Amino acid sequence: MKFSFSDEQQEFRSVVRRFLEDKSPTTAVRRLMETDKGYDPEVWQSLGQELGLTAVHIPEAYGGQGFGVSELAIASEEMGRTLLCAPFFGSTVLAATAILKAGSEEQKKALLPGIASGETIAALAIAEDSGLWDAAGVAMTAKPDGGKYRLDGAKSFVVDGHNAELIVVVARKGGSAGNDGVSFFTVKADAKGLDRRLLPSMDPTRKLARLTFGGVEAELLGQEGAAAAPLAATLDVAAICLAHEMVGGAERLREDAIAFANQRYQFGRPIASFQSLKHKAADMLLEVELAKSAAYYAAAAADEGDAEVSALASLAKAAASEAYMQTAIHAVQIHGGIGFTWDNDTHLWFKRAKSSEVFLGGADHHRERYMQSIGA
Amino acid sequence: MSQYDADSVRKDVRQWLEANWDTSLGLVEWRNKLIDSGWGEPHWPKQWYGRELPVGLVPVVDEEMERIGAVGVARMGIRSLAAATILAHGTDLHKQKFLRRILTGEDTWCQLFSEPGSGSDLAGALTRAERRGNKWIVNGQKVWNTSAHKADWGLLLARTNMDLVKHKGLAYFIINMRQPGVEAVPLKQMNGHASFNQVFFTDAEVEPEMMLLDDGDGWKVATTTLMHERRGADGLRRYPKPSGRPERIYQEEDAEIASALAPYTWYPQRMGRVDLILERARQTGKIADPVTRQEIAKVLIMSRSADWTARRARVAQEMGRSQGPEGSLGKLAASYIARAANRVHTTISGADAMLTGPDSTMGGVIAEILISTPAISIAGGTDEIQKNIISERVLDMPKEPRNDTDRPFRDVPKNAERK
Repeated sequence: MKFSFSDEQQEFRSVVRRFLEDKSPTTAVRRLMETDKGYDPEVWQSLGQELGLTAVHIPEAYGGQGFGVSELAIASEEMGRTLLCAPFFGSTVLAATAILKAGSEEQKKALLPGIASGETIAALAIAEDSGLWDAAGVAMTAKPDGGKYRLDGAKSFVVDGHNAELIVVVARKGGSAGNDGVSFFTVKADAKGLDRRLLPSMDPTRKLARLTFGGVEAELLGQEGAAAAPLAATLDVAAICLAHEMVGGAERLREDAIAFANQRYQFGRPIASFQSLKHKAADMLLEVELAKSAAYYAAAAADEGDAEVSALASLAKAAASEAYMQTAIHAVQIHGGIGFTWDNDTHLWFKRAKSSEVFLGGADHHRERYMQSIGA
Repeated sequence: MSQYDADSVRKDVRQWLEANWDTSLGLVEWRNKLIDSGWGEPHWPKQWYGRELPVGLVPVVDEEMERIGAVGVARMGIRSLAAATILAHGTDLHKQKFLRRILTGEDTWCQLFSEPGSGSDLAGALTRAERRGNKWIVNGQKVWNTSAHKADWGLLLARTNMDLVKHKGLAYFIINMRQPGVEAVPLKQMNGHASFNQVFFTDAEVEPEMMLLDDGDGWKVATTTLMHERRGADGLRRYPKPSGRPERIYQEEDAEIASALAPYTWYPQRMGRVDLILERARQTGKIADPVTRQEIAKVLIMSRSADWTARRARVAQEMGRSQGPEGSLGKLAASYIARAANRVHTTISGADAMLTGPDSTMGGVIAEILISTPAISIAGGTDEIQKNIISERVLDMPKEPRNDTDRPFRDVPKNAERK
């Protein structure tokens, strides 16, 4: 349903929201963001075992819940709202989707149940130092080696890459270019020749890693040389989920900023009574509601197998990038001086807005991709 | 449970239409039959030409009408606002006298609310109605009155008492526009069109029984009219299109549509004509320019997202769910889209944007966009008023301080007199 949620979906959202409000208050976010690990294993376990969120869009045949992109996206939106610190985006959204889109039946049966239960944390390594999330941007090479492959090169901006036990990697055949010759591989985190380094990320609530591969042993995932299409489909789902995460965060930022403005008195009246703030707040609402509509429509389109889904994913990502960042800028401004302090929580979302703005490609990239997708 | 269901309604209306629809009838003659059958406005009261059908089933009737090609009752323009207001607040006399001729299209109506001194602040109306003998005598000036120059009747908001507080000293009248004391003068806009009028009242007369509700209830009645106006303003309302078919009844309907739409030919242009952007960018080759492509994508994304937001609001309403904030945003979104589309059309057109008239790009349509979009952020509630409404009603922020509700209207500061 592109314009409304079913009663079941609304119930699902409220269950997830209650759970996250309980498990991911900003005190927890602040505690976890200071750690290298970046998440609380107990919360991660209940997220998987009690709510089944780590399995939400994985089919039942592979140990999952069998829901769609819409439900995955609802979970992402709620996590964005509370800035949950957990390897959900890397493992469930990115890696599981890539395995679903690219893997053989046998591989899905072998790899997905662990991710579904939350016991295996997986990550998807696409971008390299050039920071491009597409097949053409892949430079890492894969060389056949007696039924297996050897990977050489470096991956960067790998979300949750330092924690993952299973790494899904995109690499290309030596001498190939563009969409040709690109394949998915799986690599074990303890494989010889793999060096993992946690990157100092501006948004400490989303952990990024740089992985260097020196002749690392890898197994082919899916068809050799045919990763471009499943990679694009994976990135569509990821962009849709990220857009949801972003509108969830933006909505929370706006609510907190207006609550502050209602309590903050200057010149003998709440600053929320000044028209300059009221009009700003109306614009903030408009921008986020439009981005929400785009995100919801795109998720439903993905579930319905809409032919336009790539265009819609880019549309939603571009809209959410602008809306979240703009909301974050306004939210700091509405708080005034206190909004620029470390103790005030606004910067936690501001930084998530900034990192999400460029993660999976910025608004410019997605606007251009939208234009190409609609044949313009 | 309702006594109606879609299938039985469909069967009933289809049966009636198959027995009665006749293209050789005159437009008014057919509409009188349709009105008597109750299928013209089926959700109206049974006593007044309707069947009290739940609003949710009206589309079924519309579909059947469309299927057989039957012409509906007259709905375009201010007449539907007049009908809704009369149904809500009118006496039997009003309903008897006006409703049928509204539905047949024989009478044309106009709205007389805005004044030069009260735009956003409609309740600040200064047009006076004074009781003299057995008449109300009206003096003053209204503005932005579509079709007033050809209207038979007007919906008039006028001040009857300067000593009461602002909202209490108003009355709502139905005024005969065809009398010597009423003069409608076209108002030329910055885009050269004259879609509206200014209306001057000089000792114009209104019968006492032509007041809706009581003296002092003017604002309440006006609110009903405005509510219906806004309900139609979400951009989803369907207007009939000229059919171009040769039979007499279609010819008459086409003439009615052409006349009703004449003031509105530039309305699509004031929305920014997002639908023309890609076509124009291809024509001019600007489609290859990366900067222009970004700007085009921004407008397309905003426009599609706004459509989906309106749909979300409508679906919530249809499902009987409480509407979220999405229902209040369409008007403001339309302003921003129009403004952004104007910029993109300018970029695409380049130097040609300096030209106008039938020899200019697309027969002048592009030029009309470039000089018409400022209307959209003003007409029907300015962006500023929309933002006040959104922040106060949706976001629950404090209301604007007021200087006009705690004292007689006579003492409220008003626009400076011109010396």
